[in-house]
Amino acid sequence: MKGFDLAALLLNPQFIAMLGHGLAMTFVVAIGSWLLAMSLAFVLLTIRLTGNRIAEACVAVYISYHRNVPTLVQLMLWYFGIASLLPDALQEWLGDHNAEAIFAIVALGLCQAAYFSEDLRSGLRSIGSGQAEAARALGHSYIGMMRFVLMPQALGNAMPALINHTVSLFKNSSLAMAIGVVELTHAVREVENESFRTFEVYLVATLMYLLCSLAIMAAGTLLGRRGQTAGAH
Amino acid sequence: MLANAVTIVQDNWLLLLIGQYPNGPLGGLAATLILSVLGIALAFPLSVLVALARLSHWRALQLPATALVYGVRGVPLLMIIFWVYFMFPLLLGVSVPGSATMLCTLVLYEGAFLSEVVRAGIQALPPGQMDAARALGHSYSRAMRFVILPQALTNMLPSILSQFVSTIKDTTLGYVINVPELTFAANQINNRLLTKPFEVFLILALTYYALCFSLTQLAAWLERSIATRRAGPVTQPLVVAQ
Repeated sequence: MKGFDLAALLLNPQFIAMLGHGLAMTFVVAIGSWLLAMSLAFVLLTIRLTGNRIAEACVAVYISYHRNVPTLVQLMLWYFGIASLLPDALQEWLGDHNAEAIFAIVALGLCQAAYFSEDLRSGLRSIGSGQAEAARALGHSYIGMMRFVLMPQALGNAMPALINHTVSLFKNSSLAMAIGVVELTHAVREVENESFRTFEVYLVATLMYLLCSLAIMAAGTLLGRRGQTAGAH
Repeated sequence: MLANAVTIVQDNWLLLLIGQYPNGPLGGLAATLILSVLGIALAFPLSVLVALARLSHWRALQLPATALVYGVRGVPLLMIIFWVYFMFPLLLGVSVPGSATMLCTLVLYEGAFLSEVVRAGIQALPPGQMDAARALGHSYSRAMRFVILPQALTNMLPSILSQFVSTIKDTTLGYVINVPELTFAANQINNRLLTKPFEVFLILALTYYALCFSLTQLAAWLERSIATRRAGPVTQPLVVAQ
């Protein structure tokens, strides 16, 4: 093993470009799946609130499946399994458009939606029933009550859990390397193979992940504080 | 499709269950279970130590424990696996099998998460417990050992069980460093069959689902029964009436 030399890694434009592309892909996968997960979580929450027994049972099965099957297995089922069932034309189109990344975003997004919708639901359930009654008594429609009275409070209550799950979504984006997405962890392995500076490249990548995760946690604390002061008025 | 899946299970159930044992290393579901049971069992003492260090008044204990927890929480498990995978042989000077690497990683990773559970459990107890134990003449460590920890850990049993489920799910990542476990076995089958990836991975997903779902249900049941017991004698007749 070579002596510790961070400069040999950081001053090499080729390695920096590889790590940079990896980090960019990590952000694409993480942000893409976060958006998918959050929108789907609201859809799932709405279905649960309709009170239709069958629809509710379907959502419960969806959530139970995604919470009890390992994320890596869900990724493999999508990329190796479900992909093979798609029509040939679609498979070809996906092959031309970075199929790995698309399946990673879909699998991670669908998986995290289950967690997000549970967070939102428990946020909503922890609000006293008087809030809904007061909102209706003040003349709000159901939508208006949700939009102006219940959801702002529910989001505030759910914030710590949502932030935790956002961090784990960001960390789970590294699993995409197992199906061949060239994100940060994958790029690290490539740089390691070319530079043999294992320690340095792991150190740099670990710090990148750590900084991003801590930034998400810090943003969550700030948002939570803002939510609390807003609630106090 | 269902018939295909049944045939695959019939042909490969032994590989899925115990891997290539006795002709090779123990693998499959058995290895997954052994890894996760050992992982959580060894992570537990570590987590209690880390939790106590985080709650201690000595900064020399508090700071490294906090750094460990935040460090592990902020880095993907996959990165930690690669760290252990390459640091271990370097430090020990011998090559280490994948399952030992995975076990060490799991102990570190789950230990950090579990320490947050233990810490929350200790902090959730009313402060009067510690005050009373100290007033009775217990030292801090004896109060922790005989009064605080037994109560906190009983209350935390459901969360510890949930952490066990997470550990089972995390063992799948051993696949990346070729640890022979259930996901690895499924990939072996898939590589041999080549034409039925959906069936193979569906079987894999359903196996994990059955295992983790039953444990999650058990955790929920435990949580309810602990809540009932803690509610005290007022609810006792209700339980008997059922």
